[in-house]
Amino acid sequence: MRSLENIGLLALPGLTFLAVVFALPLLMLLLKSFQIDGQFSLEEYRLFFSDEYNMSVLWRTLRVAALTTLLALLIAYPTAIAMSRANGIWLSIFLVAMVLPMSVGVVVKAFAWSIIFRTRGVLNDTLMSLGLIDAPIRMLFTETALIIGAANVFLPFMVLPIYAVLRQMDSRLPEAAASLGATPVFRFFNVTLPLSLPGVVAGCAFVFSLAVSMYVIPSLIVGERQQTLSMLTARSFLFLRNEALGATISSILLIIAISVVLGSSWLANRLGARQ
Amino acid sequence: MTGTDRLFLVLSWTIGLCCVVFLMLPIVITVAASFTSSSVYTLPPPEWSLRWYQSLEQRSGLWEAVTLSLNLALVSTAISLVLGTLAAVAVTRGRFRGREAIATFTVSPLMMPGLVVGVALLQFFREIGLRDAYWSLLLGHIVITLPFVMRTLLASMSAFDFSLVDAARTLGLSYPKAILKVLVPNLAPAYLTGGLFAFLASMDNYPISIFLTDARNKTLPIKMLQYLEEQPDPSLAAMSSGLILMAVIALVVGARTVGLNRMIQG
Repeated sequence: MRSLENIGLLALPGLTFLAVVFALPLLMLLLKSFQIDGQFSLEEYRLFFSDEYNMSVLWRTLRVAALTTLLALLIAYPTAIAMSRANGIWLSIFLVAMVLPMSVGVVVKAFAWSIIFRTRGVLNDTLMSLGLIDAPIRMLFTETALIIGAANVFLPFMVLPIYAVLRQMDSRLPEAAASLGATPVFRFFNVTLPLSLPGVVAGCAFVFSLAVSMYVIPSLIVGERQQTLSMLTARSFLFLRNEALGATISSILLIIAISVVLGSSWLANRLGARQ
Repeated sequence: MTGTDRLFLVLSWTIGLCCVVFLMLPIVITVAASFTSSSVYTLPPPEWSLRWYQSLEQRSGLWEAVTLSLNLALVSTAISLVLGTLAAVAVTRGRFRGREAIATFTVSPLMMPGLVVGVALLQFFREIGLRDAYWSLLLGHIVITLPFVMRTLLASMSAFDFSLVDAARTLGLSYPKAILKVLVPNLAPAYLTGGLFAFLASMDNYPISIFLTDARNKTLPIKMLQYLEEQPDPSLAAMSSGLILMAVIALVVGARTVGLNRMIQG
């Protein structure tokens, strides 16, 4: 019988591929951003962070990502609770509402939101015919529209981890708390919420990292007027031909993504250890 | 059940159902808008018509973009399924150190910003002198599809009883044959869901592809964004509806064969 150590060799093709075509390019990008003419230098970063416009873009990107995550969480948490108690046809409806939008691409959904938010678009027409507004209001190209669109696209990635944790949770725990006289509010904050936190952390980390680096959604909903870090990256590569700037911003995005991954897994471990 | 309990429940169900409507909204709007007779987006349409579907024939380069995207998605998913099976067997069956790290590493492209991966690949391919757009795109798309496949395969292989493979080998099958004839059919659900999500992710990818295309090799999402800038008429809604139909078919196939509940676990 072939020894089980040799089985490890089966991982080599896939690992080699990812090491060469994924890890190495990222590492090279990161190293290059700290170099000028082969010398270690923080000059590119100093240039980036001393530019007021760049700082406003960085700030906007983080703000939009944080607000998108918050909005998604506010919608997702109650939804996950309802879903964890649903059965039969209702559960199927919830599941279809999660899986179908996940299977439809970002390009299609971002395009749909741009039709909805257009000045003579679906939302304005509806609001006007309901008599809620007299004249169309400008929605496309606003940050609010971007946050709503982004939250819509990333929502399933927030609902599903929370749902998974709630579904696994022993439903007798809140009941036990209730039989001991705990009020519903007390039960929620002391039993359900703490137990569901690992799902919340996973969902927030995923949505935040998707939202920080989203590109298609802002380019269709807010356009060039309000840049985000990824739009600035794409622009500096594809139009401005300023690759040094593009590489620096990519590295900043990469560092944000890695910190979110490390931070969230640290938090998840701590939460796991406490229980 | 106390009053507050009931209030909590009513509130979460209300928000939950609003969430369902909110999630389905872009899909419903797109499909409805594609059947309009008007050349602007108004809902409900003044009259229903198929004219925007007919107009797709005249879109230059659309067919080439569709075939390129399908080609990339199929080939990269197939390669990922092979590489993924080997790596997942190694991680679940091997007795060496660092298996956890390997598992995390193979899924990690999911957590990295697509645009950054695209930029890194652009510079890397230039460095090593790879100029061919098709090959660059294909390599990039394997990086997109592999983590989706790995995620589902790792999850379901850890629950698979490998003594079945050993039994097949005792009965005279070679190791590769035993994997192919025993493991793969048993994990069919995982292959289906992992493969489906990988395929759809490849079809939809924009941020990596945009850095690897040239004038002749444009994938469907890139072409669609280009049309949107040049001539944003409802034919884009018709194209989108085509993609939505593809997603619906994938969903129906998935739900029929593995069940919706298993699809979300991957």
